[in-house]
Amino acid sequence: MNARLLILLLWLPVQALAQGFAGLGSEDDSFARPSRDTVLQFPADHGAHPAFRIEWWYLTANLTGPDGTPYGLQWTLFRSALAPGDGPGWASPQLWMGHAAVTTPQAHFVAERLARGGIGQAGVTATPFAAWIDDWQMAGPDFDTLRLAASGPDFAYDVALVATGPLVLHGQQGYSVKSAAGQASHYYSQPFYQVSGSLTLPEGPVAVTGTAWLDREWSSQPLAQDQRGWDWFSLSFDSGDKLMGFVLRGERNFTAATWITADGQTTAYPDGAFAAEPLARQTVSGREVPVEWRVRLPGRGIDVTVKALNPQAWMATSVPYWEGPVTISGSSGGVGYLEMTGYD
Amino acid sequence: MLLSLREVTKTYPGAETAVLRGVSLALEAGGMLALTGESGSGKSTLLHLIGGLDTADSGSVAIDGTDLTPLDDPGRARLRRGTVGVIFQQFNLIPSLTVAANIAFQARLAGRHDAAHAQALAQRLGLAGHLDKYPEQLSGGQQQRVAIARTLAPRPRLVLADEPTGNLDEATADTVFALLCELVAETGAGLILVTHSERLAARMRRRMHLSAGQLT
Amino acid sequence: MNRVILAALLSHWWRNPLQLFTLLAGLALGTALWSGVQAINAEARASYDAAAGALGEGNLAQITALPGGVIAQQTYVALRRAGWNVSPVIEGKLGAVRLIGIEPLTAPRGTGPGPLPDGADLGAFLSGNGQVFARAETLARLPDTGAEPVVTPEIAPNTAITDIGLAQRLLNRPDQIDRLLVLPDQPLTRRPLAEVAPDLVETAPQGGSDVARLTDSFHLNLTAFGLLSFAVGLFIVHGAIGLAFEQRRTMVRTLRALGAPLRRLIGLMALELAALALVAGLLGVALGYLVAAALLPDVAATLRGLYGAEVSGQLALRPVWWLSGLAMALAGTAVAGGGALWALVRMPLLASAQPRAWAMARHQRGQALLALALLCVAAALALWGQGLRAGFAMLGALLIGGALALPPLLAGLLRRAEARAQAPLAQWFWADTRQQLPGLALALMALLLAMAANVGVSTMVSSFRLTFTGFLDQRLASELYVSATDPAQARAIVAVAEGQAQAVLPIVLVERTVAGLPAEVFGARDHATYRENWRFLQAIPDVWDALARAEGVLINEQLSRRAGLGLDDTVEIAPGLALPVLGIYGDYGNPVGQVIVTEALFQRAFPQVTPLRFGLRLDPAQVGAMQAALRDRAGVPDTAMIDQAAIKALSLAVFERTFTVTAALNVLTLAVAGFALLMSLLTLAAMRLPQLAPVWALGVSRRRLAALDLARAVVLAALTGVLALPLGLALAWALLAVVNVEAFGWRLPMYLFPGDYLRLGGLALLAAALAALWPAWQLSRMPPARLLGVFRHER
Repeated sequence: MNARLLILLLWLPVQALAQGFAGLGSEDDSFARPSRDTVLQFPADHGAHPAFRIEWWYLTANLTGPDGTPYGLQWTLFRSALAPGDGPGWASPQLWMGHAAVTTPQAHFVAERLARGGIGQAGVTATPFAAWIDDWQMAGPDFDTLRLAASGPDFAYDVALVATGPLVLHGQQGYSVKSAAGQASHYYSQPFYQVSGSLTLPEGPVAVTGTAWLDREWSSQPLAQDQRGWDWFSLSFDSGDKLMGFVLRGERNFTAATWITADGQTTAYPDGAFAAEPLARQTVSGREVPVEWRVRLPGRGIDVTVKALNPQAWMATSVPYWEGPVTISGSSGGVGYLEMTGYD
Repeated sequence: MLLSLREVTKTYPGAETAVLRGVSLALEAGGMLALTGESGSGKSTLLHLIGGLDTADSGSVAIDGTDLTPLDDPGRARLRRGTVGVIFQQFNLIPSLTVAANIAFQARLAGRHDAAHAQALAQRLGLAGHLDKYPEQLSGGQQQRVAIARTLAPRPRLVLADEPTGNLDEATADTVFALLCELVAETGAGLILVTHSERLAARMRRRMHLSAGQLT
Repeated sequence: MNRVILAALLSHWWRNPLQLFTLLAGLALGTALWSGVQAINAEARASYDAAAGALGEGNLAQITALPGGVIAQQTYVALRRAGWNVSPVIEGKLGAVRLIGIEPLTAPRGTGPGPLPDGADLGAFLSGNGQVFARAETLARLPDTGAEPVVTPEIAPNTAITDIGLAQRLLNRPDQIDRLLVLPDQPLTRRPLAEVAPDLVETAPQGGSDVARLTDSFHLNLTAFGLLSFAVGLFIVHGAIGLAFEQRRTMVRTLRALGAPLRRLIGLMALELAALALVAGLLGVALGYLVAAALLPDVAATLRGLYGAEVSGQLALRPVWWLSGLAMALAGTAVAGGGALWALVRMPLLASAQPRAWAMARHQRGQALLALALLCVAAALALWGQGLRAGFAMLGALLIGGALALPPLLAGLLRRAEARAQAPLAQWFWADTRQQLPGLALALMALLLAMAANVGVSTMVSSFRLTFTGFLDQRLASELYVSATDPAQARAIVAVAEGQAQAVLPIVLVERTVAGLPAEVFGARDHATYRENWRFLQAIPDVWDALARAEGVLINEQLSRRAGLGLDDTVEIAPGLALPVLGIYGDYGNPVGQVIVTEALFQRAFPQVTPLRFGLRLDPAQVGAMQAALRDRAGVPDTAMIDQAAIKALSLAVFERTFTVTAALNVLTLAVAGFALLMSLLTLAAMRLPQLAPVWALGVSRRRLAALDLARAVVLAALTGVLALPLGLALAWALLAVVNVEAFGWRLPMYLFPGDYLRLGGLALLAAALAALWPAWQLSRMPPARLLGVFRHER
């Protein structure tokens, strides 16, 4: 989803870094552009695409503890290139950023990592699959069987992922158009992971099980000028069906959605089919953020209330945003993840 | 009554005998009085009490009906600025100010500087040609004339002169003394002159003698 | 009314510009010396802080390889992948410039990339030809790197910062890292260091840079000088204000008689003084800036040579120091003027001024008692005082007590001379000198302090030089010192050297906590080099034999003093290995404790540590050939070889510069004191006419009187100088034996330099004679009319 692109546009780890990424606001012809004709190749496309400016491996999970307590988990690796291609050692133009979080009903733990490419501190390989930054990793013999680990000053997790469904390509076979002007990205997901493992929290270790959703996206193109933020939903209904939908907030809101059936069949919905409106707001880290939404996709009879498990799921990273697990009630029940940016 | 002293006593700290022992004195407006006495008889002390330069141990000093005894330092300073003028034996000019500035100084301090009056005084005292000089460039007689002009410039009600001619030779002393009396008389102020010179005292209308701390 | 009174008060300065000049100049000179020295200190400290800040020294733990070794880049990555939140730093010399390579993405915020300005372009920093950040003068010295130079004044002097990748390329050290900064926030799970990188060691934050601690000693000297200078200045101000007020006593009396209220008068005079202090303070700060700017290059060179500390030779205007300079000027004036104003408050309006001599005599008795009390306090503090603060309190009591004791002592000496004098003119000379003493006392006290300060500080500096050069002779006994980067190179060095050198002495050390204090443990080979050269402060008989038998250890003075260890006390150098102290040696300029054990014992205690540094004993003529051989056959770069003769030459050159600074400050303080004397004499000249005129009238020519005046100044200066010597030596003793020990843990032996003191005394006499020359000349040319005027005005 294009929304994630904006994170990188606003990605300001340090003041100096911001200057380095200022160039992202403009198009740079030296980078590769997403093409409608590209046919995604697996497992090769699970790996990095250094010819493109930006890319990410973005995993969120809804988990449950032995006592039924719900938890949320996030593991993200961003790649951003100062120039296309790679180089030896420190000369590599590839930069990496990791975000990890664990959300409980009472608390939200966050950590961030930054690394240079070229020296082995961070990177992604397709076969066998491995994505890592420092001691954080998502790796396994193939994309369907992965071990996921991360740690911060006050939390850690180590879980196993097993895919129980196929990869899901968004848009036209993974070519996802983002605007009328034709901006696009390559975008696919693996929303069918079963998760088991343990979280380490200040109170001690917790065994967890649940489901996870992995997004893969890469592009080189910026968003529209007027778009200031977005609200993105990944929802898993009790029926086994899933819904990805987002609202890009601008002078005119732009929405898009993908309906995914339990066996992995997809339907893409154009602008306007998907709707989300805030029902309740809360002060989070000094700003008003909607933490309860009405989400509708009339074409599938969806009219649900989406509510944050922990309204204070604030990502106090270099660029702050809200990302946390949600519960669904209404026409269908379920769980999911919500991401909100641009609430400054 | 311009000045009225009643039973004034004064003993300096550490001294065994009193300088003044029950001195009473009255002076009407425009009155002139010569005060004589031996060295150390208390003449200067008496003058200083009247001028508000010092305070009496007991008794009262009143000028124009105002009792000086309860006045604090700023109150007595105000009295010295406006009502009473003192002429010292040692002139006490301000060495770093010109003659003109010295003459105007006290009147300015009192807030009643009158340039024409000061000019006239300087003229009468024969200082017109010396206004831009500094005191050290003048003779003793000239310096004392500057002091007289300074004292009279604010038009005091009472002029106190402490041996004003003590540092001058006889001829100069006579001239200065005559001028002083003349100018004081013109302004209608009272004058008390402390002197040990019988010759000068004899020329005053009224004279008193201070001996062993008492007036006779 | 305020305007009238103020105009009258100010007219005094207008008519007596010399007094105004004295007041302003005294205060300005005192402030100048103070703020000049402070400026030098502030600049140096700011440089250390910038250096420490850039490297994350002080507040971050660090990981390093064993001495001489480097960290492989793969090890850094392995540590990151094991969970260690560390950031790599590489460091080296590029030409004469210290080049530091950092990794901006992992560097701790506010330390690593801290010096990078807001305008930094991360893209430009990381890619293409890269960027180099440094001060303008550093960039000018930097060889062409191809990278874009970026002027950054916040970076430490002679230091350039760039990306680690570029730094590795420029230093020709691919894949090498010198140390890792350990960030405060570490993840919950992390593999132990010993498991990931067993040959690396983590050291705890040091809480202050080594350089700052090392150079403290030098700055203490400067600070002591600054304080003494200000004290001298204060005496001048005190004198100037005292005289100015003395002369205006009659004016104040007249003003009051004419009806100016006392309180207002005092208030206006205080205001007047504050304004003058402000003007003088500003002048002084400006002058101080010039002094500092003139001396700073020498100071910077000294610090660089002596301790390897980089200090900018350029001065920045720091608000802290110029504000402190102004504050000192105002405070000094307040102290000096407060007494004078108080005297005016208490002055009776009418009672004729007490005879000055009588007033002074009574004053003098009190002063003598106060001086005695202060000197007793100083003695008590020297005997029983504890800590640096007591040391400084003792210095203060000693100096002020000494200064206050001067006038009574001089008066006594003069009285004795007067009693001995036979000729009437001689009698008059002594009596008149004594009568002038009150007027000159403050200037003479300033001279005393200036001379004592100079004796004290130059004794300390010279003693330090003698001790330090002697220490270098014993510690740098080997002709050539070589460092290897790894054990393989170490073996190569030994192979090359063993054939040609008379002896190859391995230097092996490990950093450990000994007796609860950070210390270095050295392993020493039993060799004649040590036996012949080392001197002990304390040792058992046949100490080297006992050491060779591994019966004990040697420790340095710092460790001995800090841990309270004496001979035969036991020291634990490794778990379960405790040995008695056999000897204690002086170890100057080293901030940490040191323990020496014999080589065999060291290998047993620390088997994993192999020597990477060696001392080579050679025929001095062979040093060049050996260096060439090591360079060609063992690949040792020139930077890893240190020639003993070069070190000694360098340290001697450094001391020369130290002396330049010290000598300049000597001359300055003496000049200030001489100036004070001149001003006092000029002020007295007018007041003394009534005393001189009768003598002149009785038949002593003006020339003769002038000559006597000149002689008087020289005699007073000579007497003051004689009294300053013991005070200065006491000061030196206090600095060497009390303050140094408290501050740095070592006591320097005190040497005496009679030649220096004589020269100083000569300088003081010269200053006094110069000061007296003008007033005397004026007297000799004085028109008789002015002398006669005294009789005319006499009343």
